[in-house]
Order: sequence, then C-alpha cells, then structure tokens
Amino acid sequence: MSNSININVTVNGEAVSRNVAPRETLADFLRGSLELTGTHMGCEMGVCGACLVLLDGRVVHSCLMFAAQASGSEVETIEGLTERAAIADIQEAFHQRNALQCGFCTPGMLMTAHALLSQPGVPTRDEIRDALSGNYCRCTGYESIVDAIETVARNRAAPAGSKNVVAEVGA
Amino acid sequence: MSDALTSLDRPNSYIGRSVPRPNAKRLLAGRGRYITDIVLPRMLHVAFVRSPHAHARIVGIDAEDARKMPGVRLIATGADLAKVCKPWVGTLDHFKGMKSTPQLPLPLDKVVYAGQAVVAVVADTRALAEDAAEAVLVEYEELPAVIDIDAARTPGTPVISPELGDNICFHGKIDTGDIDTIFAGAAHVVEEEFHFGRHTAVTMEPRAIVADFDPNEMRLTAHHATQTPYQFQDIYARHFGIPEANVRVVAPDIGGSFGMKLHVYHEDMATVGLSMLLGRPVKYVADRIESFVTDIHARDHRVRARMALDSEGTIIAMDVDDVTAVGPFSAYPRTSVVEGNQVFRLIGTPYRFQNYRADLQVVFQNKVQMSQYRAVGHPIAFAVTERLVDMAAARTGLDPVEIRSRNLIPDDAYPCAAPTGYKFESLSHHACLARLRELMDYDRLRAEQAELRRRNIYRGIGIASFVEISNPGPAFYGVGGARISSQDGAVITITPSGDVRCAISVTELGQGTETIVGQIVGEHLGVDRERIKVITGDTENTPHGGAVWACRGAGIGGETALRAARKLKENVISLAGSILQEQPDRLDVRAGWIVDAASGRQRIELAEIARIAYFRSDTLPPGTQAQLTVAQHFAPQGFPFAFTNGIQASHVEVDVETGFVKILKHWVVEDCGRVINPLLVDEQMRGGVVQGLGAAFFEECVYDDNGQLTNGSLADYLVPMAGEMPDIEIAHVETPTLDTELGAKGCGEAGTAASPAAALNAVNDAIAPFAASIAQLPMTPSRILKALGRI
Repeated sequence: MSNSININVTVNGEAVSRNVAPRETLADFLRGSLELTGTHMGCEMGVCGACLVLLDGRVVHSCLMFAAQASGSEVETIEGLTERAAIADIQEAFHQRNALQCGFCTPGMLMTAHALLSQPGVPTRDEIRDALSGNYCRCTGYESIVDAIETVARNRAAPAGSKNVVAEVGA
Repeated sequence: MSDALTSLDRPNSYIGRSVPRPNAKRLLAGRGRYITDIVLPRMLHVAFVRSPHAHARIVGIDAEDARKMPGVRLIATGADLAKVCKPWVGTLDHFKGMKSTPQLPLPLDKVVYAGQAVVAVVADTRALAEDAAEAVLVEYEELPAVIDIDAARTPGTPVISPELGDNICFHGKIDTGDIDTIFAGAAHVVEEEFHFGRHTAVTMEPRAIVADFDPNEMRLTAHHATQTPYQFQDIYARHFGIPEANVRVVAPDIGGSFGMKLHVYHEDMATVGLSMLLGRPVKYVADRIESFVTDIHARDHRVRARMALDSEGTIIAMDVDDVTAVGPFSAYPRTSVVEGNQVFRLIGTPYRFQNYRADLQVVFQNKVQMSQYRAVGHPIAFAVTERLVDMAAARTGLDPVEIRSRNLIPDDAYPCAAPTGYKFESLSHHACLARLRELMDYDRLRAEQAELRRRNIYRGIGIASFVEISNPGPAFYGVGGARISSQDGAVITITPSGDVRCAISVTELGQGTETIVGQIVGEHLGVDRERIKVITGDTENTPHGGAVWACRGAGIGGETALRAARKLKENVISLAGSILQEQPDRLDVRAGWIVDAASGRQRIELAEIARIAYFRSDTLPPGTQAQLTVAQHFAPQGFPFAFTNGIQASHVEVDVETGFVKILKHWVVEDCGRVINPLLVDEQMRGGVVQGLGAAFFEECVYDDNGQLTNGSLADYLVPMAGEMPDIEIAHVETPTLDTELGAKGCGEAGTAASPAAALNAVNDAIAPFAASIAQLPMTPSRILKALGRI
C-alpha cells in the first residue's frame, strides 16, 4: 500500500496540491492539512451533517469520502462561503433568530440552507424541515433554524426594499 | 411587540430585551475554536484498547508487538497510570450509607462494563495510535455480568465489587407516616409501574481534552471540553499532585454538554496522566462509538407509584418505589445518586398533598456509569406524577385541567414546603395553568379531538405541571464534601479607553452566558453593551466559581455580575466626583458618560475618567487612588434552591395501525423569575423540550443480556430530527426570586423536565378510546402497538 497519494484540488477557490494518506478522509484533510476547522465531525458515518461541504457545487459528507477522491474537484467549505459573502444573509438571519447555540452543527446547517435556498421558490416550513433531515442539532430544537431559513427565503423572493427582519425576535 | 430601543427607554436598559449573542457570529463563520480543533506543538494522540466484556478479570496484557509499530510513543496500563494519579471515589457524605469503589484512570485487574478503557496507546497521530491499539492483546477471564436491576438485588447474584458487600449503592427513604392507613381509606387509588430506559447526551462535539504538562514548571494546562473548568482544576491538582495554582483548565467553545461534560471520565484522567508521563501534550477526542459506550448515560428507572384521592378528586397521598441502576460504580465528583434523590424528592411537588412515602434504591450493574444529564431526575418525577394525575382524572371523571386546578399549590400559599423537604419561595402554578389553557385554546382542541375520533383519527392532549431546581446553594454538593462551588466570582475593569472587561466564572456553552452577563453589566454600570467584553472559560483569567450546572448561570452568575457592576460604578462615580469637584450622589453613569443624576446632562466621558486614572494620576486630588477594577463574589443565601415552575402541553396524533406518533404541537408556560433575554430563554426552552421529546419517543441505549450496547451509532440510536419536531409555543409568567437583586432563576432544564410527561399523557389520551395505556419511555411504535394489543 502506497503511503501517500498526490492530489490536486481547488479549495475555496485556491489550487492546492498535497500528498495525502490513502485512508485520509476529505474531512480530516480539510481540518488537518488545510486547517479549515469550520468543517466539523460528529459521527464519521454520514448521518449527522456536521461535516457537509460543497464538492463541485453539490453538498456532500466530507467524512464519507477520501481526500484522494476529491482530486480534480472544487471543494468549498464554510470558510469559503463566508469569505465570498455567498451566505451572508443566511448567517445574519441565523444570528438575529439565535438559530444556533453551541455552533457545532452550524456550518453543516448553513450548507444545507445554502443548497435549499439556491433552489427557486419559497419553501414551506415542512419543506424546510424535510431539507434538514440530514442535519442533526442537539441544542436548538430546530424551530429557530426553520424560522431563519424561512425568513431568508422570503427576503430573497421579495422585491428589493421590502425585506423583513427575522420575525420572531422580540415577539 | 418591537424590541428596538426607543427614545422613551432609559439608556442601557438591556435586561428583559431580546438581543442576539455577539459571540455567535464567529460560530456562524466557521471560526469556532473547539477542543477538537486545537493543535499544539509536539502534540501526541491517544487511543484506547477497550474491554469487549461487560465483566471480566484481566489475566494478561501483551503490548510487545504494538510497541514496535510506527509512531508509537507510549503504551500505558492501569499500573503505569496509578503511579501518577490518586484514586477517586464517587460518594457524598449527605447521602448516608452510599458506597462506591475507588477508581483509577485505567483498571488494574478487572473490567466492569463493555467498552471500558484498559490500555492507552499514545502515538504521533490518532490513526497510528488506533493501528497499534489493535495489536495490543488483552487476555480476559469472563465473569457473570449483572445487567437487570432486579437481578442486581436478588440474593445469590454475583456482587460486582465484593468489597462493598452487595450491589446496592444507596438506599433512601421518605415517610411522613400512616401511608397505608390513608390509602386504605381513600375513595380512589390509581397506580402504575413505569419503565424509563437509558439514554445519553449525544453532544454534537464528543468529549475532548488536550492535556499539556510541562515538567519544568510542574504546570498542567488542560484544554478541556467541559462546562465546569474550576471543578477540574481542583481535581487535576489533587489527584495528580500538582499545585492548584499551576493547573490551568481552559474550556473554549464547547460543542454541547448538557451536563454530560462535567463528570470525571477515566479516559480524560488517563490523558492527563499520559501527558505527565511523556512531558508532551496529549490529545484525546472520543469518536462516536466511544461516546455511546463511555459518556454517562441517564435515567434507567423502574418506578412503581400510586396516588390516593378523596371523593372530591383531591390528592391526599402518594406512595413511590424507585429502583435505578447506575452502572458499576458511582460517578465522580457529583455521584450517581443525585438523579434518584431528585426523582423521589420531586415527585408530587407541584401539588398540595402532604402525605408521602418513597423508597429509593440505587443499584450497581455492569453497564457504563449513569449520572447527571439535563433536568436530572425531573423528567422521571413528573412523568410519574402527571401520568397518575391524568389516571386520577379519568377515575374521578374530572377534566385533566380541572383536577390540576383543584390540586396545584395555590399561588398565594407561599412560602411553603413539600413533604419531601423542598422549600418553595414563590411559584405560580395556577397562573401558568390559566395561561396555558388560553395559549393552546384547550376547549377548542378538546372539541376537535372528539370530532376527529368519530372519523377514527386519534389525537391526544397531554398536560404536565412541573417545578425545576435552579440556583443551588451549598446544600447541593458542598455539604456532602464535594469541592464544587455554589458561589461565582467576577472581576470587572474599565480599560484605559473606557471599555469594560468582565471576567466571570460562569461559562459559555452557546446558551448565552456571555450575552446576558454583558446585558447585566451594561445596564448596571451604565455602558453600551457593545463596549463590554465578557471573558469566560479559563481558570487562569477568571475567578473560581461553580460555572454552569443545575441552572445556576443566570441566577447566580448574573447576580455576581450585577453586584460587580454596581461596585465598579460606585468607584467610577467617586472618582468622577473628585475630578469634577461634585458630590458623588449627584452623579450617575449613562451610556458611557458621567451625567448629572437629576438632569441627565453629560459632564465627562467615562473614557476621559479612565484616561486620567491610568495616565494622568498626577492631576487627581492628593490621596485619590483610582480603583477601576473590582472583584465580586456571590453565593446564594436564603432558600437552598430557587425553584422555578411551569406547565407544558403536548398535542399528538397516534396512528393506531402502525404505532407511529405525529407530534403536532407543544406549548410551555414557564416562570423563571426575571427574564433577562427572552430570545435566549425561549431557545433554551425549545431545545430542552426537544431533548425531552427525544427521551419520550426515540432515545434509548439498548443493551443485550450480556451487557453489550447494541445501538451505539448515530444511525442506530435515534435522536429528534427537524422533520419530527413540532413548533413550540412559549409564554412566561414572571415571579422574580427575592433572594437576589436580579431576581432571575434558571431556565435551561425546564423544557426537558416535563416534556416527556406531557408527551406520555398525550399518547395515553390518544389511545384511551381503546382502553389502552402505556407507561414506558421511549414510546416506540412497537410499544404503542403492544399497548394497543395489536402485536
């Protein structure tokens, strides 16, 4: 068994070339070699959603694939989405609505929210809850997360100038 | 109601406002700093060889091959670590007669639960440590495992720790007298046997620690995912023989705790010991299976209970027998008896009756340790009480709301005491009940329920009153000999620029400690909260205190912050008086300015006072020494605990063909005294309710007859997910405690305390037309079908 494999991957817009162990997961690679610690690991079996990243624009579990499999692909993490302000309105809505407590699930939640909100139309609350079926949160009980995503969906669909702040705050 | 500050508002009036958490932005950007993220120079990683048996003698350990594997730095056994760590015993003096065995980081000769760490393997990476761990050979002689709670007490059963004599950890009794006579004469008696499974915290971030021992200075720095850093500073100092001042425990961002991360774990103690043996940082992060098999589990009770009523439907007595199984030893330093103690003391406490008898047996078994997890004992106590109240309602023909109305302690009856000894300062059960009835539109729901039943749709409504222990004084742990503080400390400073730093011993877990401390300091010092930096979670930079557990952060930590801010404000005004040549009592601080108290006219900016104090003390009147840093400690006095109260309701629909339950809606009316931040309180409530609904419907650590956990993964152990959870409506009644100036009580556990009870009553209400009932949590579809007699 070879001790390392050279991979070339674009991470958050930057070309990265590294040697990785064949058994190294994409999550370990991002967190360890690239110090992108915003991607979290909660179960290491593709259930909890804390490790979600974008791979060529699709949301994937970085704990379920090897780093070597990502060679030739474009990976985007919470750090990348934050820096290019792609989810600034979602982050702001989560902040205002307190749609996070410990924050460990939050990067994965934001990935799912980003994917859902990139679809056309305004999802119903049930559709939002359904979209979150692969994201486990132990702190919030989910309602605040649903509220925040719903607010962003409505704001994005609304004509400019008629945007709402998160409805629940102070209610 | 809008929350924006208006011109009519006093400046800095933050208490009672829904303000978002300043420190949450970092987490939203992926800039959290959890223990799992920490990398130190020359850091090594440990993996553990674990016991495959629930009970076995260790015959031999062969690590020769493993020692030669790549990257391996140390392989340590129980004997190696016993040289640097003194044993611990999880008992408290006020639980008379309780017993447990001394514990070491790794066992010397015996394993007592499946998954117990036996050998530590330290290597350059976790993967290399795991590779080598697989090459360690441990030979065991299997012993009979004690799994069942009845078997644990049967004469002739193997005794897990022969030196203790039997498998009984603690036996407690409460008896107000004449219970048998009262029951014999009662118009109505209802009774039930309840079963509560084991479940566990399942924090998103597993347990994690980086221990960094420097032999040159005899210093230990432990970066530890815990909610109680001071408790661990004390424990590491005493058990590893390091001067306390040389032990620093840092708890940065914590990925969930819920009570689970305040107990001593063998792996964590081993990691500290390994760092001492190696003189290098050592990191341990539990993986998910390790979390399931070694994190404390919760609950595990079998309760037989009965309730006596007179002919008017007045509850006159309760009689309770609780057996709870806690694993092979009692947890340290908080023990494994607090849960059972709270179960048998909280049962019945929302109600007026004064005749009570209860028997508590805490037994040992060969499963992982059981100890405190969110809402300790409360979910059991209120599920038992509230189910019996609903059964009594059915027996007496009273509506569930009416029977509660007749029996809850009147709102004007305080102060008063429960027959179990708990003292209540001032509660609001009836106000909460009335509010709930209106909030949930109870009468309409009942009419709808009747209508739907005619169409074979079975909905249920469940109500549960509760009290919750918060703001505990030293009666909780201190009197029992535990070095767990009931006081908190704060050091608060005006910086040279006129900003404020508040270093405080209550800790942040995402629940919003830093935010509410900032609100309190801002309001009582008279400074915009944007200028206040709150520092938590580091024993080196904050005073010693209890930190957060038992819902004490807002009530005790908040009061500490309030008093610190007031003390500092006095100093500021005194200094300003000297500088302005003005009587201090004519001055006030508002929005960062020293103002005329009467007119509000701005006199001098706080930043200017600070500049003078720090850089131009020569311009102060002779003899004036500016004191822009103050320290404040606060320990609760008065009532031993500040009880909160409330009521919850659950609305469910049971599919009687499949046993599946759809949770339609949940309501909470809650009284945690002064609400500092409604946004944060409501989110504590919602998160707490959902953890309770997990216990009610999904979560259970399933063991086989050999003591093997059979569902130790997130694919097999079910937790509440977004699609299954309802929207949760919350309302408040505010009865501030008069024991503090702030008036706040805790709120973090109230949701979990009674949502299982409400859900249990709701499901039973739904299946009542079939003369079916269920008394076991979690209420899985198969258990509901069994209750319905369909399987």
